[in-house]
Amino acid sequence: MRNWLRTFLARNGIGLSVYMLGAVALWVIVMIILPQLFMLDFSFRNNWQQIDPSRMGGPDDVYTMVNYHFLAFGSPNNPDPFNVVDVTVFFRTIVAAIFVTLFDLALCYPIAYYLAQVARGGKARLLVLALIIPFWVNELLRAFAFRILFGEEGTINAILMGIGVLSDPIDFVREDVALYAGLGYAYILLMIFPIYNVIESLDKNQIEAARDLGSSWWRIHRRVVIPFAKPGITSGCTMVFMLSAGALAAPQILGGPSSLWFTQIIYQWFNTGSNWPRGSAYAIVLMLTCVLLVLILMKLFKVKIGEIGR
Amino acid sequence: MSADVQLDNVWVKFGDFVAVRDASLTIQGGEFFSFLGPSGCGKTTLLRAISGFQHPSTGRILIGGKDMSGIGPNRRPTALIFQNLALFPLMTVWQNISFALEVKGMNKKARRKKADELLELVALPGQGDKMVTELSGGQKQRVAVARALCAEPEVLLLDEPLSALDLKLRQHMRTELRAIQQRAGITFIYITHDQGEALTMSDRVAVMRQGVVDQIGDGTTVYDHPETAFVASFVGENNSFSGTVIEITDGLACVQTECGLLRSRTSSAAPLKKGDDAVVFVRPESIHFCGDDTRRDENGLVATLAHQEFEGHFWHLALKTESGHDIRMSVMNDGRSEVHEIGASVPVGFSTQGAIALAPGELAAD
Repeated sequence: MRNWLRTFLARNGIGLSVYMLGAVALWVIVMIILPQLFMLDFSFRNNWQQIDPSRMGGPDDVYTMVNYHFLAFGSPNNPDPFNVVDVTVFFRTIVAAIFVTLFDLALCYPIAYYLAQVARGGKARLLVLALIIPFWVNELLRAFAFRILFGEEGTINAILMGIGVLSDPIDFVREDVALYAGLGYAYILLMIFPIYNVIESLDKNQIEAARDLGSSWWRIHRRVVIPFAKPGITSGCTMVFMLSAGALAAPQILGGPSSLWFTQIIYQWFNTGSNWPRGSAYAIVLMLTCVLLVLILMKLFKVKIGEIGR
Repeated sequence: MSADVQLDNVWVKFGDFVAVRDASLTIQGGEFFSFLGPSGCGKTTLLRAISGFQHPSTGRILIGGKDMSGIGPNRRPTALIFQNLALFPLMTVWQNISFALEVKGMNKKARRKKADELLELVALPGQGDKMVTELSGGQKQRVAVARALCAEPEVLLLDEPLSALDLKLRQHMRTELRAIQQRAGITFIYITHDQGEALTMSDRVAVMRQGVVDQIGDGTTVYDHPETAFVASFVGENNSFSGTVIEITDGLACVQTECGLLRSRTSSAAPLKKGDDAVVFVRPESIHFCGDDTRRDENGLVATLAHQEFEGHFWHLALKTESGHDIRMSVMNDGRSEVHEIGASVPVGFSTQGAIALAPGELAAD
């Protein structure tokens, strides 16, 4: 470490070195570590701010599990054996995020492969533009546009009824179709580009060699392309999963009236509930669960954390 | 089993660019056949057309008498060894080798057994469990050969697979490949720009230039009896003297050049007549010191020794004639040849049989 510091100083000079190290330290400590530590600290406290501000910082302001207990079992007079609403929403959110991730993977792998190995020059550039330009529209606007598209009197229903496939409109919003489509679409680039990056570096001859040895297309992908693309696939899945589990705007706008996303509950605790400690606890549980799931996935598919960064 | 490969008027065009121009030839079953040519001559395109990765624009390719049009590379009785080998880096050596069997759905035990047999054949016994990244260049080469042979192809196609190896290993692998071909008894089609490889390994060589097959023949024919100026200049080294044919008698030509009157053989496949422009080609090893008196059947020149290189078994000399023409000559280092100082004027000569007159044409770039 000391040696590394010395060569770093020698190479960049004192001024630049202090700036670079300072910037990195600021980034890591102020932007990443401190906020999470505050959240962690909050999550173990009573909400004295609202109940009785005078007891803040007093002898009663001690660490407690009360917020985590609430997430699991609800209020003391809850007749159920556990906090049915919150726990159900939590698991439904996780499962739905997994579903969105798989959907994106199925959709984006062929696109990424096509971009990386099949399309050339102008065609590839055009396709990339077509993928990127829609994201110039901001997230809220896009979500509302999806609402118009999928609404009971929306474009899709109008078309389906117009050509006679449906006699009565389907409420895609109530059925959560709009939510999954919106979430899925929101993160396709985060799935496509990591996979594209990896497949692009795959030697075309490998694909041809497999084909020459008699492989069907399916087997070429299963035995040559997908194993090679695994770091990219994991990286894409991780991002899409984390972001969709943590999404707020899309569920808020596109979610049906009966379906809550776990982030909406967190938001309620922070905002309307004015209970930051409870909101923090919920957020920490969501984050840790997501991280744990990703780590299990990586273990399962034998991907090392360093490979994801490529 | 080996199959013959027949090309019928094969053209391959990319837009306006013609990569292969009207190739028609037959490669016999069990033959070691090489396409030799400089880079960009269309030899790789031709190989890809035989393997099925490239469709001929017109013409037909028949393997074992069967028309291959519309048949994909995965269903042809060919196996291709890529220039960069294209081994699968995430599989072990034995999984690489037995990949073709995995495709056919053979069980693991039988695949492993076959892979071990092939490892034996390519002289890599017991290396099956290594990852391909752990192997040396020559070992990877052998694994690539084994992987291709495992598909039990009737025709094995090799795209300059030795070009990445160092000289010693390359020479060793030449012998090895030839031996493997004879053991396996299948047709080998080999692509190379290295005439040494083509001449040492092949039964027959096709010399290609700008999409055209210039000449097909065995090594000695192509080397000793070139039919075009390109073949003469590309295969091996050659000195060239441009001039005009003064006289043709009994297949011998008398050509007036800037270095005087030269006598040489002609090619029966590409005859010349009196008054034609011609180029006389003389191999560096056909030129020798000839003292003061030149024999009657010899061509004699006087040139100045410009510089010399020592290559062990040969001295390579660069000379300049009075008319300013550069001549390269090779003298065997047998302890008996004369030694000359740089700048010395030396009489050199070559026999009529050691020279050949051909119609002028494109020469290979040095």
